[in-house]
Amino acid sequence: MNAAGFPLLSLLTFLPLAGAVVIMSVRGDEATVAANARWTALWTSLIVFALSLILWVRFDPSDPGFQFVEQASWLPQWGITYKMGVDGISVLFVLLSTALTPICILASWEAIQTRVREFMLSFLILETMMVGMFCALDFVVFYMFFEGVLIPMYLIIGIWGGPRRVYAAIKFFLYTLAGSVLMLLALLAMWYAAGTTDIPALLKYSFPASMQTWLFLAFFASFAVKVPMWPVHTWLPDAHVEAPTAGSVILAGVLLKMGAYGFLRFSVPMLPLASAYFAPFIYTLSVVAVIYTSLVALAQTDMKKLIAYSSVAHMGVVTIGIFTINMQGVSGALFQMLSHGVVSAALFLCVGVIYDRMHTREIARYGGLASRMPAYAFTFMLFTMASVGLPGTAGFVGEVLVLIGAFKVSFWLALLGSMGMILGAAYMLYLYRRVVFGRLTKDELKSILDLSPREIAVFAPLIILTLWMGIYPSSFTSFWDASVSAMVEHHQAALLLHDTVKLAGVMK
Amino acid sequence: MLYAVAVFAPLLGSVVAGFFGKAIGDRAAQAVTILCMLLASACGVASFVSLVYQGGTPGVVDLGTWVDAGSFHVSWALRYDTLSAVMVAMVTCVATLIHIYSVGYMSHDNSIARFFSYLSLFTFAMLMLVTADNLLQLFFGWEGVGLASYLLIGFWYEKPSACAAAMKAFIVNRIGDLGFAVGIALVFFTFGSIQFGDIFAAIGQHSADTYHVLGGTWPAFEVIGVLLFIGAMGKSAQLGLHVWLPDAMEGPTPVSALIHAATMVTAGVFLMARMSPLLDHAPGALAFVAVVGGSTALFAATIGCVQNDIKRVIAYSTCSQLGYMFVAAGVGAYQASIFHLLTHAFFKALLFMGAGSVIHAMSDEQDIRKMGGIWKKIPLTYTVMWIGSLALGGVYPFAGYFSKDAILEAAWASDSASGHYGFWCGLIAAFLTAFYSWRLLILTFHGKPRADHHTMEHVHESPAVMTVPLILLAIGAVVLGFLFRDQLLGEHWQAFWGQSIQIAADNHVLHAMEEVPGWVALAPSVLGFAGIALAYFMYMAVPSLPGQLASAFAPVYRFLLNKWYFDELYDAVLVRPLMALSRLLWQVGDATLIDGIPNGMASLTSDSSAQVVKVQTGSIANYAFAMLIGVVALISVFLIFR
Repeated sequence: MNAAGFPLLSLLTFLPLAGAVVIMSVRGDEATVAANARWTALWTSLIVFALSLILWVRFDPSDPGFQFVEQASWLPQWGITYKMGVDGISVLFVLLSTALTPICILASWEAIQTRVREFMLSFLILETMMVGMFCALDFVVFYMFFEGVLIPMYLIIGIWGGPRRVYAAIKFFLYTLAGSVLMLLALLAMWYAAGTTDIPALLKYSFPASMQTWLFLAFFASFAVKVPMWPVHTWLPDAHVEAPTAGSVILAGVLLKMGAYGFLRFSVPMLPLASAYFAPFIYTLSVVAVIYTSLVALAQTDMKKLIAYSSVAHMGVVTIGIFTINMQGVSGALFQMLSHGVVSAALFLCVGVIYDRMHTREIARYGGLASRMPAYAFTFMLFTMASVGLPGTAGFVGEVLVLIGAFKVSFWLALLGSMGMILGAAYMLYLYRRVVFGRLTKDELKSILDLSPREIAVFAPLIILTLWMGIYPSSFTSFWDASVSAMVEHHQAALLLHDTVKLAGVMK
Repeated sequence: MLYAVAVFAPLLGSVVAGFFGKAIGDRAAQAVTILCMLLASACGVASFVSLVYQGGTPGVVDLGTWVDAGSFHVSWALRYDTLSAVMVAMVTCVATLIHIYSVGYMSHDNSIARFFSYLSLFTFAMLMLVTADNLLQLFFGWEGVGLASYLLIGFWYEKPSACAAAMKAFIVNRIGDLGFAVGIALVFFTFGSIQFGDIFAAIGQHSADTYHVLGGTWPAFEVIGVLLFIGAMGKSAQLGLHVWLPDAMEGPTPVSALIHAATMVTAGVFLMARMSPLLDHAPGALAFVAVVGGSTALFAATIGCVQNDIKRVIAYSTCSQLGYMFVAAGVGAYQASIFHLLTHAFFKALLFMGAGSVIHAMSDEQDIRKMGGIWKKIPLTYTVMWIGSLALGGVYPFAGYFSKDAILEAAWASDSASGHYGFWCGLIAAFLTAFYSWRLLILTFHGKPRADHHTMEHVHESPAVMTVPLILLAIGAVVLGFLFRDQLLGEHWQAFWGQSIQIAADNHVLHAMEEVPGWVALAPSVLGFAGIALAYFMYMAVPSLPGQLASAFAPVYRFLLNKWYFDELYDAVLVRPLMALSRLLWQVGDATLIDGIPNGMASLTSDSSAQVVKVQTGSIANYAFAMLIGVVALISVFLIFR
């Protein structure tokens, strides 16, 4: 039935739920339950990760289509099937989700002390939703997972968050939900027009030009909030600041990629005319995002807020890349999404390390950590440099590919879109200087401890990934080369067809 | 193979010292890095000799794929040609000497392993830069040396000034790098490749390409040239983007010698020479290069004349000498620019390390106003500082004489307005160079001791581990000039350079510079001696004169002392407004305007519902009354519209 020989994607999607059931069934005093929940969650997520490695090994990069496809009848009278599958664009995001989940669970090992069972439960459910979303090949299934992500995330922020957690959680929920309503309408419209919700079928269907515009705007409302694009980004800093470390990690690492993934899966291939038409609009918003949010990041006094704003700037580069709709641009956008998933996740973990010790995110409360925490200083420096886009780290490849892709569109887009190179260096080094450099004078910092073995275990895979992606990125880009080039060709063919039809109309 | 060992041995040393420095101890970390460096320099020199003198064939060592996206294909590869090989040989030799010198200089520091790890990391990045076979790998090395420079300037991270200087260096460099990166994109756009071999092979068929930007249509090569040069301006501290270099002196002195004198700052010059096949077809960009280079040479020299920190004087002198190299590149004499780069690497590293030896002797004092009268106590340092200054001042037969004169002759011989501008700037700068060099020598070593008694008692010659590298560098500063002059710039320059430097058919500057008028060849030496004489007169003969001049021309003096107020200008025009803007965008833009809409909508909802709630009083009479009104209204509507 598929390359794995068994329904791998469904297993990856629903195995965490099985773990969740196990956690729910544990009885006993609080400490036992907590310990049990931690270990069960860790093992479940590790097994899911190990299984997902089959995707890495067995995925055929030369095939641009969907692989590991599995299908089951669900609501035949409505033309809705349960259908899963991955192509070059989505496969690595499945891996990103399954890799970050155990890291998050390990990172909240000691940080979460209340309602441990419910926390681990939420995380496993979240994993189900994330993996399902990237695998879904039916629009209705996709929509359910896409929205389903909101619920565990809402709980993670709202229950285990900081002092303003309720405000942040509600803001997060309302912002993303408001956009999704419009996507639901677009979904219904597409269903009526095409008569199916099957994504591969929709990818081949060509919608009339006027309809594309409306569909694009509806999708845009949903995905732009998720990315988030300027000016609908303000939910993100609040959510990040209030969320517990693991919540921030998964939010930055995976959830932000959902919007960009939506653009790549639906807007660009299904609505080629509207995508070409709205591209300049997206460029404008993205360039504003890069410059505006980088500047805002420069003024922050809260570490998490600073990194949250830097995420918005980095995602601006992603949206530029997607809408250049050429090989380098899209490839760069995908790479930037992956690298941001690793690097910003690691940066939030870096903040988490010292937050766990000092219980403050105020930059001014730190300084001079290098002398007592050399391993931490090294780790933080590495990810700072990756965030700045130093060649040899993950951050560089995506940026330079998007730059090349953007240059094919316009000189100014390339130049302004790359302003992050300068501003990113400014805010990240300014942060690093205030936290890690300087003389250690504050009394409460004098006994601070360096990374524990558990924390080293959390960072080690991310460090390896960051360097690997920077030094040998082709092992990642090769996954999507075929899919992206098929997508770019499809897009150009659609535009060409439209032009010829128009021309034929004029000739008559 | 040897070549790859030369490049990667320093990386090995860096990793071992960096990650296992604690475990193996400082001594072992030093030993490992120095052994790796010795190996690297042996391999580096061997590959240079075998290529140039034993008829080796240039080539490319392919190491694997790096970035691959559609037609954008970039490999990890080491380019093996004369330009790269000569740079590898120079970088590994100078870096090895500096590693050895650091054993003595850093002996009292408490993170020695970290220091050596950074030094080796820097060397590796620099080697990747000079051996790159494509622009992106060059950019890798370019940013890598930037990182190492950042780490080393901020090595004493407890000093706020060091942290600030490190940040400044990185960010100012990044401004140039943005231009460089966009330039790379334009190269790809024009040639469809960023591999040097592909670019140079396709020069002919793209020379008529144009690019539309800034409301005009320009030859693509000119735009590429200017963009790449903007990158070079950042790294090589040219006028406008030079502000980071003097501050970089916050790092330990061996760092200043290696990075901010001998190697990294010359990366921009190297880039110009590497891209010579393309740049030689971009006369406009070259004119720009020559003008900026000439201006920097003069500008930095004027500041060097009044600075009082021994390292800052040499730093400004570096800035100025880099300007010379760009003048040479700007008139198409790339060979001369690399020649000066090589001699400069030796004598400037020598000067910095000599200064380090002085600082070491003076118990970490860097202000030359507080020195003087120590030449008898540290004769060896004194001698090598003389040799370095003679080379820098361009006195025959020291190395600087050959390379600097070649540049000035080429600038004159180019017969272009920009070349002549470069010539005159360079000529005046030659006078100033000699002046500030001897001002430094005299104030540091001669006259009455101005340090306190305690310091003077401790003045001592440095240990052998520091002086031996000094002596070796001094030998280089003496002999390199006449050894290489004819090979690099003579009639048969192609025998030496091979295909690594290609010039346009109409570029005859190397030939023309042999036939410049006698006074052009003589002027730099005459002005040099005049500078020395002036310094002698002002600081030896009439020591009260400088003070009188400073107060007589107070505004000029302050203008120079404050480095033409560049820092203040940037602070007022860029840094402060940007910080204010970022606070404005955050607090007004995000918090008030953008968040105002959802928050306003939320409060509108809750406020209006609070009002609506009041209608529900719970009194039956009120409800009945409202119902009655409703019924009346409905009936009237019905009657009217029936």
